[in-house]
Amino acid sequence: MNAFNSDLNEPSPVPMEVKPRALNASMEIVLTDPKIIVEHLSISYSDGTESLKDIYLAIPKNAITVLFGPAGGGKSTLLRTINRLNDLADVVKVQGHVWLDGVDILSPEIDVIKLRRKVGIVFARPVVLPLTIRQNLTYGLELAGQKDRTIHADAVERSLKAAAIWDEVKDRLDEPAVSLSGGQQQRICLARSLVLEPEVILLDEPTSGLDPISTGKVEASLQTLKENYTIVLVPHSVQQAARVADYAAFFLGGELIEYTIGKQIFTNPLDSRTEDYVEGRFG
Amino acid sequence: MKAGKFKDILITSLIKVCGYSAIIFVGMIFVFLIKEGSPALIRVPLENFLQLRWYPIEDRFGLLPLIGGSLIVTLGAAIFSIPLGIVSAVYIAEVAPRWAREILKPLVEVLGGLPSVMLGFIGILVIVPALRQALNLPTGLTAFTGALILGGMAIPTIVSVAEDALDAVPKTYREAALAMGATRWQTIWKVTLPAAKSGVLTAVMLGVGRAIGETMTVMMVTGNAAVFPTGFGAIFKPVRTMTATIAAEMGEVASGSTHYHVLFLIGIILFLISLTVNLIAASVVFRQRKRTERILS
Amino acid sequence: MTAGNNFSTTVESRVLPSFSRRRKWIQRIGFTGLTLATLVTVTPILLIVIHIFSNGLPAISWEFLFEFPRDGMRSGGIFPAIVGTFWLTLGTAAFSVPLGIGAAIYLSEYATENRWTRAIRIAIINLAGIPSIVYGLFGLGLFVIFLRMGTSILAGSLTLAIMTLPVIISTTEEALRAVPNSFRVVSISLGGTRWQTIRRVVLPQALPGILTGVVLGLERAAGETAPILFTVAAFYLARLPSSIFDATMALPYHLFVISTQVPGMPIQIQYGTAVVLLTFVLLMNITATVIRSWARARRQW
Repeated sequence: MNAFNSDLNEPSPVPMEVKPRALNASMEIVLTDPKIIVEHLSISYSDGTESLKDIYLAIPKNAITVLFGPAGGGKSTLLRTINRLNDLADVVKVQGHVWLDGVDILSPEIDVIKLRRKVGIVFARPVVLPLTIRQNLTYGLELAGQKDRTIHADAVERSLKAAAIWDEVKDRLDEPAVSLSGGQQQRICLARSLVLEPEVILLDEPTSGLDPISTGKVEASLQTLKENYTIVLVPHSVQQAARVADYAAFFLGGELIEYTIGKQIFTNPLDSRTEDYVEGRFG
Repeated sequence: MKAGKFKDILITSLIKVCGYSAIIFVGMIFVFLIKEGSPALIRVPLENFLQLRWYPIEDRFGLLPLIGGSLIVTLGAAIFSIPLGIVSAVYIAEVAPRWAREILKPLVEVLGGLPSVMLGFIGILVIVPALRQALNLPTGLTAFTGALILGGMAIPTIVSVAEDALDAVPKTYREAALAMGATRWQTIWKVTLPAAKSGVLTAVMLGVGRAIGETMTVMMVTGNAAVFPTGFGAIFKPVRTMTATIAAEMGEVASGSTHYHVLFLIGIILFLISLTVNLIAASVVFRQRKRTERILS
Repeated sequence: MTAGNNFSTTVESRVLPSFSRRRKWIQRIGFTGLTLATLVTVTPILLIVIHIFSNGLPAISWEFLFEFPRDGMRSGGIFPAIVGTFWLTLGTAAFSVPLGIGAAIYLSEYATENRWTRAIRIAIINLAGIPSIVYGLFGLGLFVIFLRMGTSILAGSLTLAIMTLPVIISTTEEALRAVPNSFRVVSISLGGTRWQTIRRVVLPQALPGILTGVVLGLERAAGETAPILFTVAAFYLARLPSSIFDATMALPYHLFVISTQVPGMPIQIQYGTAVVLLTFVLLMNITATVIRSWARARRQW
């Protein structure tokens, strides 16, 4: 039986026998105080396809948790469930719970708007709105009804610095955001998701369209960001997964195959399917 | 926050009402046509409608000459607007160089926007006398004149809808045909046009549908003689269409009279014709559009 | 020629050079034919426009544009008809623009593909196809008689507005759908409500397309005669309308009247009226084209 395996039905996210394998100190955080707990989550689309099957997963604070695996495995679906963006897709059936700080965010009573302010997301392709750089960043604040200019300015600077792009754009904040390069746009998107001071940042293959240098910059800023945020990342390659993962979950065909600390899953995976994928035999 | 939510609900319901307005209007149009038109069926015996004379003053309401008039004008319009429209669409979509496209498309759009009175006006002043002289007719106000101008009015509809359909044919189809050694000419007729068949058919139906419903032009140039068209020569004689009858006579009838209700009855016939044409066209459109819209992932 | 040898392979054309040359000739003749046929279609449009302008421009004068008709409309100007068409177009816009944009927003942003949405689409296609004279009957039955508005600008505008609605809805919906979905997703992911997303991102981006559709719809309304025959149009009025409950003269109806109903009408006045109507319509057409190409040039996506 693998660590954190999806077929486990015990209420505790981690079975006892796994503990000896998880000797990393930060593992205790997962056990005692995870930020997000996904509990028996199943999702199917209206065309009958099932995207996630009974997922059980605990995501720790202040770390990068990587969801990886071949395309169509349900990683993005899980990611988009955490801030309820799946509400927009033609999802027909959602079962199970996703607990964020002990609150079930799948409950119909939840204020999705508040949730999305707390859980930011960055997409695969950089999508800057057809506005200036500054307007892109303050967009979320405007939506929240925040009109104070000084708060805007502070938030813009803080988040641009956190996304490591302040120096590149500080003199051209009022230019259209589309005039930036792809790599810069993606960091603008990262900064834009930070403006609202979220607690969780979801990244869906954030570097898939970027050159190695821009990719390096984004990854570096993630390493800094994780000190203050819970980061969940769907990487665009196994190599990236191995580079940034503190924890890693391997998804295949809508199932969670294996979930453990990053170092282990990429050097000594328990499941043969994980091993095959990590070593590049399929996918 | 509370106020914001209330505003959101209010806006959403307003938008929803707007969304359903089209259904409401179609329903209302039908109801009011029925309301004003159905008394005619009670007051006028059915065989009266089936006679060959339309002479409301003597309570003769034979609809056949009017239906015949509409048919002959529409048929005439279809005969030359369909080939010309399709050929122009093919030229614009498949053959024309870019610069020619940029000129032709707006030009066809201008034709679509020309008011029908304007074309009727040109018809009276230019086409009618020219036709009378050229064919040595007693009058140039004939079904043929109407068909000629109506055809011109149907063309923009046919061109734009057919061109959209041709544009929608995947590029790979053409590339595959060309790669197999077909010329562009062969590709157009054997691949592109057949692939766009249903769209082109829709274009034809909508264009012809527009011709049936056209009013002002036909009223101005077809002479308005309520005679049932018989024989081949009828195309060069004056006719009167259903639309022109309503337009010409409604202004002079007393509201509530039998004549008034019969005019509404003709309106019902026109409504049902356009309903049929458009329902068929719509079913083609819907069959084509298989949108699998999953916004995310 | 059977379908089989239409797609001759390159080998075949090497073997049969004459066949290949014949195919090229067929294509050349065919393309020439297509070009000629297209010319047959479009030259009359140009000829009509040129004909009207060359015959009508001499009639245009300050007096013609800004004075009332005199001598049973056989001299003087067409001012009341111009004013009437202006008010009718404005009145049509007042009803059809908000309603049409609202409906398009519903279809593009709110509606899911179900039976009711299908019904709405079919209704729109049908509205677009209903003959204009039937709209006239409907306007007479509902607005003029049943709602007791009488022949008035209000009744005429409402009738024209319903007729214009499908044009505005379909062009606006197209413009809204052209806005990339990713913008909506980003806005929602930043905590935007659906309406905030529409108002702040989707509508501004779709605005040029919407304007184009509105102008083209109103162009059609401004030129229509049949729907206003029994709902608003007046043969001749000595005064300008003073409220929306008054009847009014209108350019297209005036052109109809002076070219068919008044004997001994001077030809210049007829052509002059046609020029004014044509200018009105062409201006709107050009406006739409300019907005469209301007927006296409500066679009960032």
